Amino acid sequence: MLTFFARRVAALFLTLLAASAVVFVVLEVLPGDVAQIMLGTGAQEDTLAALRTQLGLDRPAAERYIRWLAGLVSGDLGTSYTYDVPVAELVRDRLSVTIPLALLAFIISALVALPAGMFAAQHHNRLGDWGVMATSQLALAIPNFWFAILLILVFSVALGWLPAGGFPGWSEGIGQAIRSLLLPSLALALGEAAILARVTRGAILDTLGEDFIRTARAKGLGTTEIMRRHVLRNAFIPIATILGLQFAFLVAGAVIVENVFHLPGLGRLLVQAVHQRDLFVVRDVAVLLAGLVIVVNFMVDGVYALIDPRPRIEL
Amino acid sequence: MGFSKTARVGLAGLVLCLLAGLGLRVSELRAEGRLVVGVTLEPPHLDPTAGAAAAIDEVVYANLFEGLTRIDENGAVQPALAMRWDISEDGLTYTFHLREGVRFHDGSTMESSDVAFSLQRASATDSTNAQKRLFEPIASVATPDPATVLITLKRANGLFLWNMGWGDAVIVAPESADANKTQPVGTGPFRFERWVKGDSVQLERFDGYWGAKPSMDRVTFKIIPDPSAQVAAMLAGDIDVFPNLGAPESLKRFEDDSRFDVFVGTTEGETILVMNQRRALFQDIRVRRAIAHAIDRNAVIDGAMFGYGTPIGSHFAPHSEAYVDLTGLYPHDQGKARSLLEEAGHGGGIDLVLKLPPPSYARRGGEIIAAQLAKVGIKAEIVPVEWAQWLADVFRNDHLFDLTIVSHTEPLDIDIYTRDEYYFGYFSAPLESVMTALLDATDDADRNKLYGRAQRIIADDVANVFLFQLAKHGVQRRGLKGMWRNSPIQANDVTRARWE
Repeated sequence: MLTFFARRVAALFLTLLAASAVVFVVLEVLPGDVAQIMLGTGAQEDTLAALRTQLGLDRPAAERYIRWLAGLVSGDLGTSYTYDVPVAELVRDRLSVTIPLALLAFIISALVALPAGMFAAQHHNRLGDWGVMATSQLALAIPNFWFAILLILVFSVALGWLPAGGFPGWSEGIGQAIRSLLLPSLALALGEAAILARVTRGAILDTLGEDFIRTARAKGLGTTEIMRRHVLRNAFIPIATILGLQFAFLVAGAVIVENVFHLPGLGRLLVQAVHQRDLFVVRDVAVLLAGLVIVVNFMVDGVYALIDPRPRIEL
Repeated sequence: MGFSKTARVGLAGLVLCLLAGLGLRVSELRAEGRLVVGVTLEPPHLDPTAGAAAAIDEVVYANLFEGLTRIDENGAVQPALAMRWDISEDGLTYTFHLREGVRFHDGSTMESSDVAFSLQRASATDSTNAQKRLFEPIASVATPDPATVLITLKRANGLFLWNMGWGDAVIVAPESADANKTQPVGTGPFRFERWVKGDSVQLERFDGYWGAKPSMDRVTFKIIPDPSAQVAAMLAGDIDVFPNLGAPESLKRFEDDSRFDVFVGTTEGETILVMNQRRALFQDIRVRRAIAHAIDRNAVIDGAMFGYGTPIGSHFAPHSEAYVDLTGLYPHDQGKARSLLEEAGHGGGIDLVLKLPPPSYARRGGEIIAAQLAKVGIKAEIVPVEWAQWLADVFRNDHLFDLTIVSHTEPLDIDIYTRDEYYFGYFSAPLESVMTALLDATDDADRNKLYGRAQRIIADDVANVFLFQLAKHGVQRRGLKGMWRNSPIQANDVTRARWE
């Protein structure tokens, strides 16, 4: 178990290092001058040069890379060029929207999809199964930005129950904050739930076909008991994998939904920072997301180990 | 079945969550004295003296910061922190008499030393002022007493008072200037309250203001980049006014709705098709004229801008007094375009690259223009680029483009045709002399005549193909009065906004 852990941590650092190098090089190669973007087309040469010096952009690339890495290690993420505030503060603000949004979508998705998938598996090739499969097919086919607009039209424009977007901040009260995250999380959850329901159904059907289930039946166990003791535990490995991937996706990939609901989330920050060549923000967020995916995968592996002792031997 | 129970609990939870939202209709939350203004872009920071982003001025200009002079809704120069001024005979010395009893939002008084500080900061060697050229004419600033500022210019400049009205020339205090990006301290009728990054900037009425008290006591600028989200937010009642709605196609819908008023005004945005005259091809005026004849401006306005926009024939705003209508100079005429190309030796057709920045006027307009060019035998390959790339490849460095479409939104910017090394690659000696004469002209009639001559020179030369003036199209909740209809500068002045 210890080597398993140590290897994972080493892999984490190596991956992060690789990610940091890739991000740095790509941003160096990408055309675009942050000083020109900030000062526009009316700026004079000397002003541009003054700003570049102020931002430290006149230093050689290798030096800037090393400085950035050294900063990361010591916990200093640098300062955003465009906002002129510490990147750490910026990211923390954005995460206070993105993490609750992802969690809410994750919970909604799991609450709907897991029971739906189980239900479908138990009613295999019957009306209930077809119903769940058809619904999830439809949910998969609907682009989430379109569903988001539909939700806004119904709940904000027609009914006027919820705001059409924006995020007032947690200081305005938890109620207000949750209200503004409700529609976006529903929009995000739709596609995720559809995938999860299908995976759950498939995993349970596979397990139900196993010999040990027949044995359990022969032993005289009831359906509920078989489900609880034999099927779920075994079916949960593929489900946990998907859940892990989905959570990472929800944090990093919510940018379209964030745009429709104009939520100040991490995804939007990243896109905006790329457009404005806000180099520190792009690099830090990219490395942070890479780290997040690795950590989530790590946790998923941990969950495997809890559910099923076998992977430990392979590692 | 245990699972269906879980499902039931989950479903019930979901419904409960939804019901929690039932409390109030959002649109009824509006109170007197509150205003929510929708803006497309988030300001990178809130210091108008340290960045070019129009989004900064759209929040702070006239509301939070003030300069010696200010520019009003009609583009005229008005007194602001300077109550009045005297100009010496030779036009070199400006004596500004400051308003007394003006306080910054932190309570300190605004005096001549603050003005001197602001101007020196903007023109210093390490200045990061995006419009440093505005301060270039200043030779020295003297402060004989706390209420008087004496500015001496290197040479007469007819635009000096106008220039001091820009957002880049607002007056800041030495104690707070460095923190203005995040904690702006100005002298305007509104003070900074808070900024929820990515969501909104909130201003509160400043009780120590020297002038007329604004009717609103809280103004929130809400940032909504996506055009369809802007429409939804407006319809849902989250926003009171969107001064420049990104979705002109939906204006009709608001016009038909009795809850809203639609207003269409003008901006300083001359939208042009730039021809890279560093390319040998475009040094031949016949080719430039052929392209001008090939383009049907009205089709571009209708197709790309849903009919909003005024055709222009030179680089000047039609609402300006000095405007000369030159739209008839090169009328849409495909036959003429073809014969000019033939004459120039390009009868077999031309292949060009048309680089398009992100705004819809460029992307949609570019499609239409490419189709129009195709009809006269010019094959324009469309290359969409993002702004950073446009600035790097087209505007600077190697000027890697043949054609591009862009809107030049700075006011009175016809002087860009005489800037050294500008990306057009255009040069005209007659234009240079007109622009020099303009600097010395202080009389409005003389200036207008000179501007007219400048417009004619670049139109005759087809320095670029002049397409249309960008329109400002906004939506507001009925009952709101006092917002600017036009945008002579990029600002959302809310100081006179009121509910009726």
